[in-house]
Amino acid sequence: MKKLSARRRHPLAALVVLLFALAATGGLYAAFAPAGTAQADSSSQSLAIEEGKKLYAVGCSSCHGLNGQGGTDGPSLVGVGSAAVDFQVGTGRMPAQQPGAQVPAKKNIYSQAQIDQLAAYVASFGPGPVAPTKDQYDTAKGDVSAGGELFRTNCAQCHNFAGKGGALTHGKYAPALDNTSPKHIYEAMQTGPQNMPAFPDSVMPEKQKRDIVAFVRHTAEAPSPGGMDLGSLGPVTEGLFGWIFGLGALIAVAIWVAAHTSKAKKS
Amino acid sequence: MSAASGAASGGAKPSSSRAKPANKAEAAADWADGRLGIYSLAKSNLRKIFPDHWSFMLGEICLYTFIIIILTGVYLTLFFKPSMGEVVYHGSYMPLNGIRMSEAYASTLDISFDVRGGLLIRQIHHWAAILFVAAMLVHMMRVFFTGAFRKPREINWIFGAMLLILGMFDGFMGYSLPDDLLSGTGIRFMEGAVLAVPIVGTYLQMFLFGGQFPGDDIIPRLFTVHVLLIPGIMLGLLVAHLILVFYHKHTQFAGPGRTEKNVVGMPLMPVYMAKAGGFFFLVFGVTSVVSAIATVNPIWAYGPYRPDQVSTDAQPDWYMGFSEGLIRLMPGWEIRAWGHTLNLGVFIPLMIFPLVLVAIWVYPFIEAWVTGDKREHHIADRPRNAPVRTSFGAAWISLYLVLLVAGGNDLFATHFHMSINSITWTMRIAFFVVPVLTFIVTKRICMGLQRRDRDKVLHGRESGIIKRLPHGEFIEVHEPLSPAQLHKLTAHDQLRPVELPAAVDENGVKRKITRSQKLRAKLSRGYFGEEGQIAKPTAEEYREITSGHGHH
Repeated sequence: MKKLSARRRHPLAALVVLLFALAATGGLYAAFAPAGTAQADSSSQSLAIEEGKKLYAVGCSSCHGLNGQGGTDGPSLVGVGSAAVDFQVGTGRMPAQQPGAQVPAKKNIYSQAQIDQLAAYVASFGPGPVAPTKDQYDTAKGDVSAGGELFRTNCAQCHNFAGKGGALTHGKYAPALDNTSPKHIYEAMQTGPQNMPAFPDSVMPEKQKRDIVAFVRHTAEAPSPGGMDLGSLGPVTEGLFGWIFGLGALIAVAIWVAAHTSKAKKS
Repeated sequence: MSAASGAASGGAKPSSSRAKPANKAEAAADWADGRLGIYSLAKSNLRKIFPDHWSFMLGEICLYTFIIIILTGVYLTLFFKPSMGEVVYHGSYMPLNGIRMSEAYASTLDISFDVRGGLLIRQIHHWAAILFVAAMLVHMMRVFFTGAFRKPREINWIFGAMLLILGMFDGFMGYSLPDDLLSGTGIRFMEGAVLAVPIVGTYLQMFLFGGQFPGDDIIPRLFTVHVLLIPGIMLGLLVAHLILVFYHKHTQFAGPGRTEKNVVGMPLMPVYMAKAGGFFFLVFGVTSVVSAIATVNPIWAYGPYRPDQVSTDAQPDWYMGFSEGLIRLMPGWEIRAWGHTLNLGVFIPLMIFPLVLVAIWVYPFIEAWVTGDKREHHIADRPRNAPVRTSFGAAWISLYLVLLVAGGNDLFATHFHMSINSITWTMRIAFFVVPVLTFIVTKRICMGLQRRDRDKVLHGRESGIIKRLPHGEFIEVHEPLSPAQLHKLTAHDQLRPVELPAAVDENGVKRKITRSQKLRAKLSRGYFGEEGQIAKPTAEEYREITSGHGHH
């Protein structure tokens, strides 16, 4: 303590205090900041309603119209099929929280049974892509290397070579695929949600879709052979890491070496 | 000198004419001296003095990472096949099993997964390259901000500049060799840049690629340039760079006993030999640790190059990032006339690319012209005492950073949830505005620091201790600086602005004043006028203040 007290007038004391203050402020904020997830009040209301039509009337009709005809706030749902509903509601994108460049995925508040009811109701508007069966997106049956080739041809230009996502124009983006379930990846290809093009069976046969699903899941789950993957975002993060940790460490070592000179006494 | 040469010729005489060597080591040294003249070399160089400062070791980081790159590069050439011949992969990386790819890519996969230690060596090679160019840039900045480029070191500054640009391009060629999807995209970028050159672009492209893109010549050609031509030139420049460092002796910061005519520090042998040798192993160690814990250039994840495929996040390594930024900032302008297209959207960035680097490299010569300073300088400047130079350097760094951000605009968009278009527009404006603002702000900071130095010299350091005097007045106690600190703060000399010659000469004839003279006088006022420096305290001022009047 005495040592500390003796140094309180040191020219660098102010800097040290500032660093401590910043660390304390940040730490306290991190400790006490409200959690990022908010509880939706309307869920209790919609949970009480059992049938798809009623679910639809509550959750969807304000934008998509009472009969799915669409309106100024949402597109028509005629012919989108049960696959689109399963994807949009299952990933939490729908019902949308607010209009914007793109509707983000969020916590899904519907049970799978409710989603199925909604999907059945929306599918009754007109024929469309049907939600896939388990066999169609079974990653064990997919060919990873063929899927990789298909992924690099059709998907990587937006979703990045490892499915880490990428930017599109005006705040839109291709999301990262790390946490997307095989079923939802398959449905996204079937229906082409938001800015994504659709890959119907006439363009990309079922087997190829299954290969892509297998590749995406393999890439997300396989360990990185070279150590930390730095986000698999290409040379930008590598450069940042090299400068901060590589060169930073080398300069720290240089300062250490220079500080240990062969002087007889310390000045 | 003559004594040394006498000893050298003595080795050839019959052994009876000189004392018998005391031991085997001495005998070996005598043998070598008779043939290589090592005694005189050692005499003049082993006691060479080097000053102690951590920033003087940045150049060493460059040297050692370069050595690491050569050592690991030799290992990689033992296994790499620079060929674009097509093969079907059946190696041990299963997710690419059965995929058609070039031999270059397949052999890089083999290095990564089947050659013992191959992946680690590959990563050391690549991380060392990233660190090498980064260290060169920081080393260059150190030289720039301390004015260590001034006479007599201008030529060494140019050698360093050439090493930097060669390092950048050798790095680019190096990561282009594996023929993965990312590197192929980079080569495609280069092809686009070559094609954008007016009139000769298409001819140059055909010449480089031996036909249409991608052909099968480009990788073997890049390989030869990458492993032979450029490293050879760099090695030569490096040796010249080091010889000049020895010849000029190292710069040092001002301090007691340090003058323009001496160097205060430790001798090369044994102190610096030990330090530098140890530092080499530390640099190698840090690079190896980085390479062992973090992936670099995961070519297996990119997949083999095919011209019909592309991935997002297609950026070059950081040192080429500012060229990517230039391209991403530039609107896609085109002029079409007489059946030809002039692709300004690529051609203008291509022209600005060298200018960004040249701007910082010619600065020493501009400064020398403005100051008209022909003296030798061996005492390094404190950056604050050269405000215009420091602000120019800071402005250059800010421009470089703007371009780096622009080059990674998509990652900023996804990770900070912003629109990529807004980022691009912000950076377009920032490209012109930020360097100017940085210049103004940095200059003001430098002037403020100079004022503070002046204040510290005259009044001492504010100690933070408040004292109440007997008559009730409160004062803050100022600690006077030590003589060593006073010397450090006042050692720099301050030039006066050059004056234009009188409008009429002694015979009353109107003198012709050239435009360049006027410009030089104006710049000189900016450097050394009231706006450019704070007069440092004189000895009289110091004596007056400290002659017992207490404070203020």
